[in-house]
Formats: sequence, C-alpha cells, structure tokens
Amino acid sequence: MSAFVEIRDAVKTFGDPARGGVLALDGVSLDVGRGDVVVIIGPSGSGKSTLLRSVNLLERLDSGSIRIGDDLVTARGADLRRIREDAGMVFQAFNLFAHLTVLENVALAPHLVRHVPKAEARQRAASLLERVGLADKLDRRPRQLSGGQQQRAAIARALAMDPKVMLFDEPTSALDPEMIKEVLDVMTALAEEGMTMLVVSHEMGFARAAADHVVFMDQGRIVEQGSPARVFGEPVEERTRDFLRHIL
Amino acid sequence: MNASARPPSGASTLASRIPWWLAALVGFGVLAVAGALADDGYRVIFGAVASGFGVTLTVALVSYAFSLALGLLLGMLRVSTFRPAMEAATFYVELVRGLPMLVILYYVAFVGAPALAGILNSLLAPFIARGVIEPFQGRSFDFATRAVLALTLGYAAFISEIFRAGIESVDKGQIEAAHALGFSGAQTMVRVVLPQAVRNVLPALANEFVAIIKDSALVSVLGVQDITQLGKVYAASTFKFFETYNVVAFLYLCMTVSLSLLVRVLERRLKGEVAR
Ligand SMILES: Nc1ncnc2c1ncn2[C@@H]1O[C@H](COP(=O)(O)OP(=O)(O)OP(=O)(O)O)[C@@H](O)[C@H]1O
Ligand SMILES: [Mg+2]
Repeated sequence: MSAFVEIRDAVKTFGDPARGGVLALDGVSLDVGRGDVVVIIGPSGSGKSTLLRSVNLLERLDSGSIRIGDDLVTARGADLRRIREDAGMVFQAFNLFAHLTVLENVALAPHLVRHVPKAEARQRAASLLERVGLADKLDRRPRQLSGGQQQRAAIARALAMDPKVMLFDEPTSALDPEMIKEVLDVMTALAEEGMTMLVVSHEMGFARAAADHVVFMDQGRIVEQGSPARVFGEPVEERTRDFLRHIL
Repeated sequence: MNASARPPSGASTLASRIPWWLAALVGFGVLAVAGALADDGYRVIFGAVASGFGVTLTVALVSYAFSLALGLLLGMLRVSTFRPAMEAATFYVELVRGLPMLVILYYVAFVGAPALAGILNSLLAPFIARGVIEPFQGRSFDFATRAVLALTLGYAAFISEIFRAGIESVDKGQIEAAHALGFSGAQTMVRVVLPQAVRNVLPALANEFVAIIKDSALVSVLGVQDITQLGKVYAASTFKFFETYNVVAFLYLCMTVSLSLLVRVLERRLKGEVAR
C-alpha cells in the first residue's frame, strides 16, 4: 500500500537566506502508512516542529509537496479548512481556550466548523472526554486542571474533528514527570486503535512501545530512520549516536 | 493565592483597613447635602443646575456607546493583517490622539457639521431636487448632536487603543490552536480572541466612561445645557461663584467617584477569578 501521509522534498526557510535566514527544512521526504505511528526525534532547532506544522499548513513550504490521503495539502489554493480537518494538532503548551469550560473547548470546533448541532457536539465531546479520563471535569476551566489533564483535554479537542492523522508536538515536554504517563497512555491507546500519528517526542519508552518508525532529524534533514529497535539499538550515523547519548 | 487571603501582619487593625480618602469624600458629600438642605441659597442653585444632570449623562452615555462600537472596529483594524486597513486605522488614531479634545470639538462643530451637511446633500441630491427632503445645512445638526459626534470621534481613538492592547494580550497559542481546528479568521476573532480581550480590558473600558463624563463638560463651550453650562450661566448672573461651582463639582463627583468604586470592585472580581 502506498503512503497515507506523503512528504516530498519539503523545504522551508525563515527570513532572508542571503542575510542569515534559517533553513528549517532542507529537503525532507517522509512516508507514513495508514495507522502508522512515526516518532520524530532530534536536537533543538532541527526542524521537527516546522515539519509537523507544515502538515496542517500552520507553516507554508517554500517548495516540495505534502499529501494526506487524497488531499494535496500544498496545492495552490488548497481548502484550508479541509486540510485542518484532516490533521489534528496537539501542542506542547496545550493551548486550551482559557475562557471556555473543558466541554466547550471540545465541542466548539465541530459546531463552528462542521456545523454539528450544539447538543450533538456536546454529547460527543462528553464521550471523548470520558475516553481520556476526564468525565468528572467537564465543567472546569482549563486553569483549574493539572497540566496532564489539560493535555488530555487538548487531545480530545483535536479528536473531536475526526482527523485522519494526529500531529503531536512535544506533548509531554511541559509536564511534571508524574503526569507524563497519563498523557502517553492516552496516546498509546490511540495508536492501538489505529490512528495515524506523527509525534515529536523524546520519550523513548513511548517510542519503543508505540512507534512503527523513528526518524532522527538534524539541521533540517532526516539523518537516519528505521524501526525503534534499529535506530535506538544500532544507530549507524555518528550524529544519531551523539544525540542518543545526550538524551539517555 | 491562599495565604494572601490573610492581610499582612500589622495591617489588620480596623483603622488601617478603612480607605480614608473615601471616608473623607463621603463625609464632605454628607456635609454638602446637609448644608444645602439647610440653606435656601444652595437649594436654588441645585434647582438651577440639576436639570443639566440628565444632559451630561445622556451626552456621556451616547458618546460612550458609539465610541465603544467605533473603537472596537478601529482596534480590530489596527491588528488586521490587511495592511491598508491597518495603516488607515493607525493614521486616524494617531491623528486624533494628537489633538486636544477641545480642538476636536470645535473642529467637528464648526467645520465637520457643514461638511457633513454638504456630503449628505450631494448623496441625497436626487431626492432634494424632487423636493422629497429639505437640503441639509450646518444648523440641521443641533449642538448636542455635534458634541456627541466630537466626543465619539475622539474617544473612539482612545478606546481603540484599549481594545488593541486587549487583543494583543490574548495568548498566541490559543489563536494557533483555533486555526489548527479549522476556525476562520473571523471565527477565531469572535469566539476566541474577543471574549478574552474584552474581559482583560473591562476595567480600562469602564475608566473611559468616567473620563468621558468629565470631558463632556467641554460641550458647554457649544452652549449645550449640561451641568457645567448651567452652572456657568447661573454663576455669571448671580455672582455666587463659590456656591455654584461647589454644586457643579458635587454633581460630577457623585457620578465619577461611585463609578470608580464600581471599577475597583470589578477589577478585584476579575483578578479573583483568574487566581482561582
Ligand atoms: N517563525 C519562525 N521565524 C523564524 N525562525 C523560525 C521560526 N520557526 C522556527 N524557526 C527556526 O527554524 C529552525 C527550526 O525550528 P523548529 O521549531 O522546527 O525546530 P525544532 O526541531 O522543533 O526545535 P525544538 O526542539 O527547540 O522545538 C530553528 O532554527 C528556528 O529558530
Ligand atoms: Mg519544536
């Protein structure tokens, strides 16, 4: 079967390259099969976030192409709303809407963007929140929740749009150690249900358990990739070995 | 958040917790009312000036309502990614903020009103030619209307700055999350940015109402019969300057001090909610 998410020769520069601009993506190609979980690792500034954000058009590539299923994300005049329905995004800082309750956070987008009737949207939101273990927090405001609870709510919010692929950008980096597991458990369950996932994370345990594929990026390029056992166990590239020594 | 509920040690005596400035203000207020009731002269002045109370309040309220609407629009244009809109709004705001309110008032009253009449006449020329409506003239707009227009144009500029600050105070991550969920720009503004922006600047917006009440006294230079104008006329004809301006000041203070207190309560409330 061909790839479900297909990234071809992605190039992205910030600022004017002639005057010290940053080449954030320097020709990245990556295939993600349907239902696959790809974990992206790499040092700070290597372009991991930029790659993820290009998939749902929070950033626009200078050149190259990205496809999700039959939708060409990078097509000129691509339907922005449709692309963003395809790909759900979870941020490091949760980014829940602070003025809304947890339930409203999850129910708002389906109602507003997909015109799901309000009552139905709230009902679905409640069942999604139950799935991430927040059934008793529906009427809380984000600031009344722990970081782990906020991140689980944020995952439910992204899932409410029925995305074809989920993008996670360091979902546990802002969390206290004791809350990391509860978020990773939700992500693992999601992976087991067959969700296609692109995850930027340095949680080795999660990568070993849930990832089908690990990608190591450095300076805007994919340096090495393979199964978790291969990349973590027998890295070929010197830079990969350096990096792994650094974070383990 | 929790320990702060207890006042710092040494500050908990009753005397230190009374806002003395407020007690003094209320005391003077009570004295003023008592004195006025005992004194026929004061009662007459009250009678002469108090009818301006409604005019002052109406001018302030109407100007405030319009400047809130126009200020919100300008504030949104100032953060717009559509460059010409942003530039035009900034031009307007900087221009108006650089002028004394009194000059804006004269400008609108004596230059703006005839100009507006001219514009309306050319827009409605076909109807005027057929005699359906009378042609407009500068004096088609009474001075109260011109005063409201001037205050609106001036305060819209100030208020737009408040809205802009509020909009810019909203967490960028939430805006990004809204985009990632497929919200349009307008949906993001209305459902995510504005509710939080307005909440953040509510006290500042309320303070502008206090300010517009005070600045509404400027309309007296156009002869609008507000508190200040009635006081001016009464004092000039009776030479009771001291008593008259006591009454004028008292009436303004009744409005402004009580509103400022409400703003304080509001501020404390909002802070409490954030801390919770
Ligand atoms: N909006 C931007 N403007 C300018 N430069 C940017 C912008 N976003 C990213 N960059 C630059 O692009 C490069 C790649 O950034 P990116 O955020 O993708 O890295 P990352 O691998 O996610 O790093 P981290 O682990 O620190 O999150 C960095 O050098 C960064 O400074
Ligand atoms: Mg990053």
